[in-house]
Amino acid sequence: MESLASAIVELILAVGAMALLMVGVFSGSSAFKTVSLLSIGVLVIAILGAATLPTSTVVTYGGLFVVDGFAAFNKILILLGSALALVMSIDYLRKENLARFEFAILVLLATLGMTMMVSANNLIALYLGIELQSLALYVLAAINRDSSKATEAGLKYFVLGALSSGMLLYGSSLIYGFSGSLEFSDIMAAAAASDDTSFGLLFGLVFLLAGLAFKISAAPFHMWTPDVYEGAPTPVTAFFAGAPKVAAMALLIRVLFDAIPGLMNDWQQIIIFLAMASMAVGAFFALVQTNIKRLMAFSSISHVGFALIGLSSADQAGVGSVLIYLSIYLVMNIGTFALILSMRRKEGMAEDISDLAGLGRTRPAMALYLAVFLFSLAGIPPLAGFFGKFFVLMQAINAGHITLAIFGVIMSVIGAFYYLRIFKIMYFDAPVAEFDVGPSRALNIVSSATAVLVVAYALWPTLLNNAAMAAAGTLF
Amino acid sequence: MIENWPILSFVTFLPLIGVLFLFLIRGDEETVARNSRSVALLFTIGTFLVSLLLWTNFDNTTADFQFVEERAWLLGGINYRMGVDGISLLFVILTTFLMPICILASWKAITNRVRDYMIAFLMLETLMIGVFCAQDLVLFYLFFEAGLIPMYLIIGVWGGARKVYASYKFFLYTLLGSVLMLLAMIAMYLETGTTSIPELLAYDFDPGLQTWLWLAFFASFAVKMPMWPVHTWLPDAHVEAPTAGSVILAGVLLKMGGYGFLRFSIPMFPVASDYFTPLVFGMSAIAVIYTSLVALRQEDMKKLIAYSSVAHMGFVTIGLFAFNQQGIEGSIFQMLSHGIVSGALFLCVGVVYDRMHTREIARYGGLVNRMPAYALVFMIFTMASVGLPGTSGFVGELLVLLGAFEASTLIAALAATGLILGAAYMLYLYRAVVFGELDKEDLKDILDLEKREVIIFVPLIAVVMWMGIYPEPFLDVLHVSVENLMTNFEADLANYHGTVTTMIAEGAE
Repeated sequence: MESLASAIVELILAVGAMALLMVGVFSGSSAFKTVSLLSIGVLVIAILGAATLPTSTVVTYGGLFVVDGFAAFNKILILLGSALALVMSIDYLRKENLARFEFAILVLLATLGMTMMVSANNLIALYLGIELQSLALYVLAAINRDSSKATEAGLKYFVLGALSSGMLLYGSSLIYGFSGSLEFSDIMAAAAASDDTSFGLLFGLVFLLAGLAFKISAAPFHMWTPDVYEGAPTPVTAFFAGAPKVAAMALLIRVLFDAIPGLMNDWQQIIIFLAMASMAVGAFFALVQTNIKRLMAFSSISHVGFALIGLSSADQAGVGSVLIYLSIYLVMNIGTFALILSMRRKEGMAEDISDLAGLGRTRPAMALYLAVFLFSLAGIPPLAGFFGKFFVLMQAINAGHITLAIFGVIMSVIGAFYYLRIFKIMYFDAPVAEFDVGPSRALNIVSSATAVLVVAYALWPTLLNNAAMAAAGTLF
Repeated sequence: MIENWPILSFVTFLPLIGVLFLFLIRGDEETVARNSRSVALLFTIGTFLVSLLLWTNFDNTTADFQFVEERAWLLGGINYRMGVDGISLLFVILTTFLMPICILASWKAITNRVRDYMIAFLMLETLMIGVFCAQDLVLFYLFFEAGLIPMYLIIGVWGGARKVYASYKFFLYTLLGSVLMLLAMIAMYLETGTTSIPELLAYDFDPGLQTWLWLAFFASFAVKMPMWPVHTWLPDAHVEAPTAGSVILAGVLLKMGGYGFLRFSIPMFPVASDYFTPLVFGMSAIAVIYTSLVALRQEDMKKLIAYSSVAHMGFVTIGLFAFNQQGIEGSIFQMLSHGIVSGALFLCVGVVYDRMHTREIARYGGLVNRMPAYALVFMIFTMASVGLPGTSGFVGELLVLLGAFEASTLIAALAATGLILGAAYMLYLYRAVVFGELDKEDLKDILDLEKREVIIFVPLIAVVMWMGIYPEPFLDVLHVSVENLMTNFEADLANYHGTVTTMIAEGAE
């Protein structure tokens, strides 16, 4: 009974996805709207289910599956991200003739994979979760099969994703070989047992981390991100940039702190390198982008770099700061994509940054919201994005990584430049053709609600901060 | 009654309430513009009047922070704390005083997106007052940094031809300086476990750490001030900003740098401040002389005044780092005076710019024939900028020179040279624009000041004369706080030298 209760979120998602698949198959092409709305319903029920999860650590299913405050926090975040991505997608898919009910089902299945990832307590469970998520995501990326760009994106994502899974498996097998177990706690014990770290274990660790770095799209394993973000249909990109990042990051944290805390000195260097490389790649490559989805891809890479800064301190406050960062990032990102999805003219979607010219005059409310998100992404106070950066930087300095912190803030200044560029185009440039198709009510609600959250965080920061710190506490 | 009332928060956020009202205005463009102006004026005047309550209820006899408010905010110990002492109070008043004048100055000059403009100004006012009232590092940083957004907008949307370049330069320069300060603030928090400014003022930082913290803060304040050689964003920003934007930039935003030195660098890192004094003196002396010379060669009126601002700010830093009562009081006074005088000079430029749409000095001449009232007003502020006795500029400069002379005769001599150069470029500007033959065709039907412009200038003139003739009310507010600052500074320094001497003595044994 206990094991069922601790897997409540996964059960809701799995049963829901299968039931809705039936509904879709038997009611034919008209099922799109019903299935989408019901899927959102399933996700909402899953959020309620996640709220009932125990906050103390429960390990079940023969040590494969773990539930604790950390898992519950991330599950809620992931479910929220998925639900909002679905809400934003309905209108788009219908207008672009992509109204297939499979979309929502795939999102549900990917979400199921993600919730399993954050609860993985064993290398096999880890791999299962990742693959369930990835396979659903590959199909989602290519769901617009008549578009060569989208199929290219799907294929690219699949090939590189398979490569990263291969690396992950290779690393896992090495770790298994040198520690004699797949379970995180045994690996930890094995690593602690010998005084000098076994070279094989270290080797496996590097491959495992490289595989995970692919999933969070940290540089130098970021190559797929811009192409996939650009090629995939925009709601899919919005989904990609949110929940899967949170899941992969949570999984990374779980592995680092549950399986290999003993190798901290070794993995800390890797994390710091990934953080610096991601921030630099994200900041510099974004400068020359003209497509807003590509720009958001590089922006997400640099945000991953920032989030990783928080891990450099390798303690509870560090993990807490990453969770705060991810929550804020998720909200900003969903809001930004809601606005990108609103960039629509009669002849179709607009994706170039230059299409935003003069938005401040033609669509003042939309421009204002986008401005809020841009300044927040750039980390300018008093918006939420600033506090995310503030907390992770504090961890870096606390751990004595001053160079990392200085590097980070300099990259954030360079990053501010390209966010300002969008802002400049919206407010300083003369208007081009207006977006003459009004955004759906769902998009309006999502963008305004997230904008309010980004602004209001500064007023009530403790709500999120305390929850994140408490969640991080269960890992230690 | 005022003790139990969160008056500082009220003053700070009153303009933000105005922003809400501005959002509610409905109607066609003309109505919105007209109502926006009125609402903005009403709220800025209201804020000014409320802020006067601060002054009347302020206790001159204590150096403690007054009207203190505290509420839990971020994580452990980072709280929402507000309070003012003698040093910050006058800056708050300066801000609230200049604001209605800015709104009035934009009355006719801004016709495009008036509502957005007023929103930007009111938000800026909240953030500027917040900077001077914040008693918590993070809160201070929040206000300090957030002010970039509205100012960036003001330059970028309502600015001149090269507005985009200028706004970017302004934003990125200042941001780069302040992120380093943010790291230093985090380091201070981790060292002490608090971000409360009063507590940090009492904390003795390790001298080695002080050096790094001082440099990080210096990166931010030197850019903001701006000191040579990181001043280059200022002329660009000034030239491109609309008149009211220049007034706020010169009047208040630059003062944040000086305020930062007074609030953080000098009292919190006394050993490092003492150590780096030659650096600051050197940079200031170059600023005073070099930028004065640069100002002499300018063809654009606003650029000339912008460079003169850099030179005047050089004066301020000399006074601050003289580390004596006269020097610091003189610096604060000079900042207040410069805030009003340079703001007024930009307004003077704005008056002719609104009529002729050029700021080129060569395009003017002989204005006194058509605009006698304008010539008089411009004259008063030119004299105040030069430091003529009887104007506010004189008091500040005299005190700074006295203080500097005590600290180093050389630096006092260099600063005095700057005074002469200052007189040279200001008189050159005045002569070229106001005197001479009225031979330019399009100047022959230029109109003198209108009623609105007179209303703008009268309070400015009154304050400049008041500060020049009877500066006591202003200095009274400062005395105790500055005295307290100096006592603590000297005690910390003596303590440090005492330890060093003992260590050397022990080493010798």
